[in-house]
Amino acid sequence: MNKNNSTKKLALTGGAAAAEALKQIEPEVMPIYPITPQTPIIETYAKFQADGEVDTEMIKVESEHSAMSAAIGASSAGARVVTATSSQGLALMHEVLYIASGTRLPILMIISARALGAPINIHGDHSDVMGCRDSGWLQIFCENAQEVYDKTIIGMKLAEKVNLPVMVIMDGFNTSHSVENLEVLETAMVKDFVGERTAITPLLDTKNPVSYGPVALQNSYFEFKIDQEQATNDAAAEYQKIAQAYQEISGRRYGFFETYHTKDAERIMVLTGSATGTAKVVVDKLRAKGEKVGLVKIELFRPFLHQELSAILKNAQEIIVLDRAQSIGTTPPFYTEIVNSLYQIGEIKKIKSFVYGLGGRDIFQAQIEDVFMGKFKDKYIK
Amino acid sequence: MEHGAVIKHDETKGPKTGAWRYMHPEVDKEKCIGCATCVPFCPEASIEMKENKADIDYDYCKGCGVCAEVCPVKAIMMKKK
Amino acid sequence: MNKELAKHFFSGHSACAGCAFPAIVRAVLGEASCEVVVANATGCLEVTSSLYPYTAWKTPWIHNAFENAAATISGVERAYEIMKRKKRLPGGDKKIKFVAFGGDGGTYDIGLQSLSGALERGHNFLYVLYDNEGYMNTGNQRSSATPYGAATETTPSGRASFGKTELRKNLMDIVAAHHIPYLAQANVAYLADLKKKAQKALAVEGPSFLTVFSPCTNNWKFPTSQYVAIAKLATETNFWPLYEIENGKYKITSEPKNVKPLTDFLKTQGRFKHLFSEKNKPVLERMQQITNEEFARLVSLTEK
Repeated sequence: MNKNNSTKKLALTGGAAAAEALKQIEPEVMPIYPITPQTPIIETYAKFQADGEVDTEMIKVESEHSAMSAAIGASSAGARVVTATSSQGLALMHEVLYIASGTRLPILMIISARALGAPINIHGDHSDVMGCRDSGWLQIFCENAQEVYDKTIIGMKLAEKVNLPVMVIMDGFNTSHSVENLEVLETAMVKDFVGERTAITPLLDTKNPVSYGPVALQNSYFEFKIDQEQATNDAAAEYQKIAQAYQEISGRRYGFFETYHTKDAERIMVLTGSATGTAKVVVDKLRAKGEKVGLVKIELFRPFLHQELSAILKNAQEIIVLDRAQSIGTTPPFYTEIVNSLYQIGEIKKIKSFVYGLGGRDIFQAQIEDVFMGKFKDKYIK
Repeated sequence: MEHGAVIKHDETKGPKTGAWRYMHPEVDKEKCIGCATCVPFCPEASIEMKENKADIDYDYCKGCGVCAEVCPVKAIMMKKK
Repeated sequence: MNKELAKHFFSGHSACAGCAFPAIVRAVLGEASCEVVVANATGCLEVTSSLYPYTAWKTPWIHNAFENAAATISGVERAYEIMKRKKRLPGGDKKIKFVAFGGDGGTYDIGLQSLSGALERGHNFLYVLYDNEGYMNTGNQRSSATPYGAATETTPSGRASFGKTELRKNLMDIVAAHHIPYLAQANVAYLADLKKKAQKALAVEGPSFLTVFSPCTNNWKFPTSQYVAIAKLATETNFWPLYEIENGKYKITSEPKNVKPLTDFLKTQGRFKHLFSEKNKPVLERMQQITNEEFARLVSLTEK
């Protein structure tokens, strides 16, 4: 805990925690469109606006596609831009997600991750964010309300530092609507940390006119995409630097992956989001019985740091991957990444794949325990 | 390599579309009455009034023939070049 | 090269020889009394003016996607408002007018929702629609702006078809229903009228809209020299009336002294060639009837 600055203890839902961080960051333009379970974020922020606590242009657009389109316009103009969405809304943004990242526009988007139809379901899972994992957006996962607050601040600074759009993702309802204790920093501290955005070639600088979004054909398109991928990969180091700087002002350490009892673990579970808390409790119980188990929580999912992950997992005898999304027609997303990570260091390990929590289905300690102990035969923890 | 393909206007990088021409507009300076009707209709903004006479910039003129068509006194003739 | 005329939109773009929209862009932007920032929907104007590494745009310009020019300019306009308020305007304080350009595909069809949202929210911007009555950048497919009876690649004339069977969508009425302060229908052949309307539209503190007739030499199939002559005929036959709607009041701004028969306009274009056959005579009559009915309806609206 950092002694020399005053912090406040609050009990907030994940959504409210995001809004709290956004109030301190105070974006200039925030295009918004309602969708459960994200809506409390924009409602809470709209109240801050109504009470004069923030000065933000909230554009109440007529669709999520227009929310991201307006965000692209505002970010190209040079402003600090934030939006938020879930599920079908994120899917509707799909076309313009790629345009935001391809145009290297810093936009922070908070996601309350929710199942994708059909059938329609308003509850939490990761299918929506997995659906745009190749869109060129940086993706940061949160376990709880405290992480949502912290990573919203980290995500804003990261986006504007590397000029790439960033998604900060919490589990819909599990995190977004569950009240938890958290600590918030002093506003002046947050404002100093994120600073102000100074765009490189802002559209509003009419003395230095630029064109955003030209046509690039066979002779140049390829190079632009290589350049974009390079920037995305380079963003990992910047994320780590910002996370370290954030630890100095908050006392809370974030990184690419959080390890929990992995040093001597024979069996390591890999997952992310709100279920990680439950899994930690199970690890503690099994450790008490002498079982050598541990877990790894994925924090930075895009870019994905294969070497760093395989370094953590390489000594384990068995790796258990819990995906909260399918990749219909092939193996689930996290599992596919982790097989790739280990393959890269020639480690052919026993890797098991499980899918849990689709459409808000709860996962219980007993199930996680059975999975650790190899007693769970089905690949669906339902 | 401009990051995000954000580019600046640079005339030197622009194609001289005059190369498109196969029909060539010529202004008969005597006939031209300096009304400048042709000027705003030229899709390439290639016509200027010089000493009150229409003057065509052949770097960019694509030879479409609009100027010849709109000229009220038929002072512009399209020629094969 | 006419530097003054081309000060926003330079030469070197690759629009077809004899294309109409460069004159529209320059006529409208030429009336701006302050800096302009332009958003441009995907379409002919956009792809022919921004082929990397060259951009013909000398004014700030953004292309985002096909259906979101209005949503994009909304974001730019709001960014301007708050950055001005907070003294953070890049390049210092100045007045900027925001202008979006779109073709009929990007405006009547795929971009209609984004346009409606931006109009309803009252953003301070001018939307300019260059109407070439079809998806011309993709090679002349039918849009809801394509006139009844016109042949396109997706409504070809044939033994069992006379071309497009639906009436043209009345976008002006849809935009008028948003009760914006000013909108007008103009024609590239009537530059003075177009400029006057552009001036009024640019002066609006809020949303304004221009529909501008923009003949397409390549896909309407007429010689490259003819866009002005053909555009003029469109208004002289009442096929394309010139009017404005100011605070809800309809007003015809220019009317032909003696109205020519529609066929004078239709016969100049390959897209209507198939109508001049015995079999399609009724279609021609229907088209004249539609033109008369629509013009009469417009006149009645001006008398309200």
